[in-house]
Amino acid sequence: MKDIHLIALTVNGEEHEIVVESRRTLADVLRHDLGYTGTHIGCEHGICGACTVLLDGQPVRACLVFGVQADGCDVRTVEGLSDGEELSDLQKAFSRCHGLQCGFCTPGFLMLSEAYLSEQDGVPDEAQVREVMASNICRCTGYQGIVEAVRQVAEERAG
Amino acid sequence: MVKYDIPSSSERSEDKDTEWSVVKPAAFTYHRAYDVNDTIAQLAELGPDAKILAGGQSLVAMMNFRLARPSALVDITRIGGLDFLAKDAGGLRIGALTRHRTVETTKVDGFEVLSKAARWIGHYPIRCRGTFGGSIAHGDSTAEWCLLTVLLEAWIVLQGPRGRREVPATEFFHGFFMTAAEPDEMIVEVRFPRPAPHAALTEFSQRQGDFAVVAASARLDLAENEILTSRIVLGGVGPQPAVVDVDLAGQPANEETWRAAGEAAAAQVDPPSDGHGSGAYRKKLTATLVARALAEAAA
Repeated sequence: MKDIHLIALTVNGEEHEIVVESRRTLADVLRHDLGYTGTHIGCEHGICGACTVLLDGQPVRACLVFGVQADGCDVRTVEGLSDGEELSDLQKAFSRCHGLQCGFCTPGFLMLSEAYLSEQDGVPDEAQVREVMASNICRCTGYQGIVEAVRQVAEERAG
Repeated sequence: MVKYDIPSSSERSEDKDTEWSVVKPAAFTYHRAYDVNDTIAQLAELGPDAKILAGGQSLVAMMNFRLARPSALVDITRIGGLDFLAKDAGGLRIGALTRHRTVETTKVDGFEVLSKAARWIGHYPIRCRGTFGGSIAHGDSTAEWCLLTVLLEAWIVLQGPRGRREVPATEFFHGFFMTAAEPDEMIVEVRFPRPAPHAALTEFSQRQGDFAVVAASARLDLAENEILTSRIVLGGVGPQPAVVDVDLAGQPANEETWRAAGEAAAAQVDPPSDGHGSGAYRKKLTATLVARALAEAAA
């Protein structure tokens, strides 16, 4: 007997009502039930950060939250960053700074950075940025470009 | 709904009735609680194989590995009023659902050790989701909050069908993820009885955010340059936070004292060997980290 629940959640501003089995993680629900395949799945136990999304504005590993827990919540995924074909400042910076190579970890890094930058008042120093970017794993080891991209956006947004 | 022809799943055989299925954890029933009494009632009804789901940053990872297979989860994340740090009669109370990140970003006079130690917990997104009470309930022997509750002689406040009770942290952790909490009890808050202006926690892990190979925490009471009382608690050297029997009362607060205390602490422990380090290596780390923690506590 499956334990199923009817939930309602908003993803990138779009409302969804969906029936989910309780053991499906938010990452499963986003990718397989709702088709938001921009959220990538790596380790599925909270180490790699590839599945990072924003849940009510907070960065979370979507593999460590059950889909049913997102009932009534606002989710942002990498698909929600750009304005149509126009990339966000953060996405442009990743491109400009060569902050992505194979691209697998990129959605997670973008959402991690988006969350971190949104809570900054001033411009974080490089050590702080590095500490936060250590949350996720890039197996191409392209961290220099990622750190540079986040720093540039922090400066741009601070004016 | 998007459909996939090839289910990539550990569950293919188990879920033959479904068109496709991609899941990691074993099946459980999900229940949501809206207050503490509701939680306790649900736990009693669901039986001892039910678990409380708070931040889920350890539990869900263990469920994804199927190291944990609870029959039911009671989600307490929507209970209001348990997310707080409150000064209380000279001490501090922390609500069970307070996120690590909140502790990290809240400076409380006399309890700076908590916000400083928080940065050792996992990573930023883990700290945004994980909860103080959840970490205590999980009872990992290297967990920063477990060490600090023992170091600062905090009280774990539990509520269950038999009412409310307080358990000293020194008696709470029974080792290997076992605690004094009964299956039908819930941690509602942690009470720190008095400030600890001279306290510190430090640790070593192979990579930032990993579990500590060894963690050391220290608390001092100082008068001028003399130590009045001292307390040292270690993680990673045994199945639960280990209180070291080293009394520094009467000694001067200087590098020589810290170094000698580190050596004395290392002589007392008999740490296990595993893939992250041998027992001998952990002993050396203990000496170094205890000296560091003491120096930082005195600073």
